[in-house]
Amino acid sequence: MGKAETASARAMPSSNGWHDRLAEWSVYAVALLISAVFLWILGDLARGGIEHLSWSFLLDPPQNAGRGGGIGSILVSTILVLLIALVVALPLGWAAAVMLAEYVSSGSRFGYTVRNSLQILAAVPSIVFGLFGNAFFSIYLGLGFSILSGGLTLACMLLPILVSTAEAGLRALPDTYRSSAVALGMSRAATVFHVLLPAAAPALVAGLLLGIGRAMAETAALLFTSGYVDRMPGSLLDSGRTLAVHIFDLSMNLPGGDVAAHASALVLIVVLLLINLLAMEMATGWQRGKIVTE
Amino acid sequence: MKLAGVAIVGTIMFAVGLVWSPSGNTAAQKLVLTGASTIAPLAGEIARRFESRHPGTRIDVQTGGSSRGINDVRTGTADIGMVSRDLKPEEKGLHAYAIALDGVGIIVHASNPVVMLHRRQLIDIYTGKIANWKEVGGVNSPITVVNKAEGRSTLELFLSYLNLKNSQIKPHVVIGDNAQGIKTVAGNRNAIGYVSIGAAVYEAEHGTPIKLLPLDGVAATVANVRSGTFPLSRPLNLVTRAFPEGLARKFIEFARSPEVHDLVEAQYFVPISVR
Amino acid sequence: MIWSKRNILFPSASVDTLILWLLRIASGIAAGMVLLILFFLLAESLPLLREIPAVRFVTDSSWQPTEGAYNLAPMLSGTLYAAGGALFLATPLGIASALFVAYYALPSAARIYRRLIELLAGIPSVVYGFWALTTLVPLINELHPPGASLLAGILVLTLMILPTVALTAHAALLAVPDEYLRGAAALGMSRWSIIRGVVLPAARMGVTAGIILAAGRAIGETMAVLMVTGNVVQHASTVYDPIRTLAANIALEMPYALGDHRAALFVSGLMLMLLVIALWSAAARIGRN
Repeated sequence: MGKAETASARAMPSSNGWHDRLAEWSVYAVALLISAVFLWILGDLARGGIEHLSWSFLLDPPQNAGRGGGIGSILVSTILVLLIALVVALPLGWAAAVMLAEYVSSGSRFGYTVRNSLQILAAVPSIVFGLFGNAFFSIYLGLGFSILSGGLTLACMLLPILVSTAEAGLRALPDTYRSSAVALGMSRAATVFHVLLPAAAPALVAGLLLGIGRAMAETAALLFTSGYVDRMPGSLLDSGRTLAVHIFDLSMNLPGGDVAAHASALVLIVVLLLINLLAMEMATGWQRGKIVTE
Repeated sequence: MKLAGVAIVGTIMFAVGLVWSPSGNTAAQKLVLTGASTIAPLAGEIARRFESRHPGTRIDVQTGGSSRGINDVRTGTADIGMVSRDLKPEEKGLHAYAIALDGVGIIVHASNPVVMLHRRQLIDIYTGKIANWKEVGGVNSPITVVNKAEGRSTLELFLSYLNLKNSQIKPHVVIGDNAQGIKTVAGNRNAIGYVSIGAAVYEAEHGTPIKLLPLDGVAATVANVRSGTFPLSRPLNLVTRAFPEGLARKFIEFARSPEVHDLVEAQYFVPISVR
Repeated sequence: MIWSKRNILFPSASVDTLILWLLRIASGIAAGMVLLILFFLLAESLPLLREIPAVRFVTDSSWQPTEGAYNLAPMLSGTLYAAGGALFLATPLGIASALFVAYYALPSAARIYRRLIELLAGIPSVVYGFWALTTLVPLINELHPPGASLLAGILVLTLMILPTVALTAHAALLAVPDEYLRGAAALGMSRWSIIRGVVLPAARMGVTAGIILAAGRAIGETMAVLMVTGNVVQHASTVYDPIRTLAANIALEMPYALGDHRAALFVSGLMLMLLVIALWSAAARIGRN
């Protein structure tokens, strides 16, 4: 994340006059407030769970219904579910976004249907996805309580977020990119792959991260599809609980599970931080590989 | 191009996963349990021990509530249902095997000076007729009534003990699972609620600021549930559609044997001794 | 300049049409998913909808499905109050955060703050829920019992949708062309007037998209809300009253519901969807003008 983030700050004049001063103070106050709340939450989690953390916590399977032992098998299940969801949802979602942003005229009926269908999809509460996933993937398609079932259900939930953010990102690109590409004789497909997608990479990845965040946070939907089993999964058709489901059980159902819940939550946050860092690096790398801004 | 590379790797992984899946499953003998969230942690621990004694078996424990357990056994979705109550008359065609006993006890905040409540007082508190702790010998504060959400066995037991209907109860907070109830009461000096005794005793002994009140003069302890003197106790049942055979039968026998008594007691339930 | 390793002109027209068809199929699958889900919801609700007139869902005495009462109105109002309150708080906070990162902060501070927001976005609702249950609810209880209330729900939801608003707003702000900013600065406008008069209007579409996404999230949020709002089915008269939202209700009762009760829960799921769709269309109509 380099100059693209805050380059504008340099183009902005400094504040003068009381309107500006007020705006500036308000914005700083908000940032401070939110940082404080975040640190408060993090502090509470750390205070509750940090002693429980250790390498063995990350690698060992749970003991005593989760109060002891670790979360190794649960991390594996979580990663598998996430991977399946992304492998299915990313191509579909970005393809649909490209379709909507580049290929479909604003009045077309196909575009209208697709866009509205996705809005409806975004409106479905996560618990309903859980029931749908259970009825369709687990029962009708016969996948049972399995990681595959959970991953596919999650993919359905991620689609609207991915499409909406990717479409917004593509639409925000100035038309000069497209007209220059046409002038160079590039076909539309080539423009999309080599110019537009890389240029919109930060927005695409921002949407991806929002989606990953949503996926890792999902509990209700996965409880009915990938299930409750805390054993190391032997295959994609095995049931396996994700970290969020584990935290839910530890904090809401298991007496005495609080310490482990706090520790697991800390691990989740750190994992998210790592994914964010990695994804942002990849995004700017991708963008820089194709587009050189002044 | 990097993107194509990533896509190819992803697809290969996916394909490998799909191919790997079927063989991973057929090798094992599998059993699926669904049902009460109260029993699920215990069942999970028993399953783990069973698997270590019988390699090659897979016992999957899922939650979903007692009613789901009954439903799934009926439709065949699950091999065994976990039900945290006695079977109802319309369920008598199924077979129930108790693996532990648990009680349902009233909890209040540890700082609450009240030490006992009569059944009548409980009814009045829960229907809203008594609204302040001072009317039952406590401090001058409004009572926060904590009730369980519909469908839970704990709620049904409580209602039948007090001879009330759910629509007569005037709650201030409605909770889902045991630990949520305990956290709610622990965070509110004026709250009263009811949860599984096993859960409450565990938490109280680990420092959570709650205490159990006696019911009909009988203290809410694990010992009293074991001796049968506690008025509100319930069996934790494993339920099957027909007489259990094969792996299901072995598992149920294991779950009722002395070999898992320590697991049962670790959850503060009372182990069953099978004659 | 555009650097590329291979021939990027794709002179063959058939590749272009192939890709077009692939995209069409992909979008079709996405759209088809929705039909599948809608069909499923309707199928599950139908048994009950056929038996009782729809008006009973707002006129029955209360919500006691096991006793035949199916009034959804209190939960509908609870959902609206909670989501509305959260949006009311999260929109300015989120936009201000985005402005902070884009225009007001030093690059190092901006980077850290942005990371923070991204992390907030990823914290599972159960973690927010159980932190709020053990920390926020007792605090509110000191102010006014019982603590588990509409206010707790609003605060938790605000925390959860704030990152959505902030991150999408930020992306929208970045997309505003630099020329606009430089032109405005050249005209002598001050920082705040540039933001208010040039940047925010230009970024309006992206920001609104973020707010709508956040609204959908707030209305459908289940876990955290179920832990902190008290789950009592009633219309709230003050922010300290406990309420139950439609989504939390489904989560609370679905595992234990059979027959008509289950169908009633699916009806409430449909109502949730209709609610959000109504919001979308209203927002779209406003956006078009």
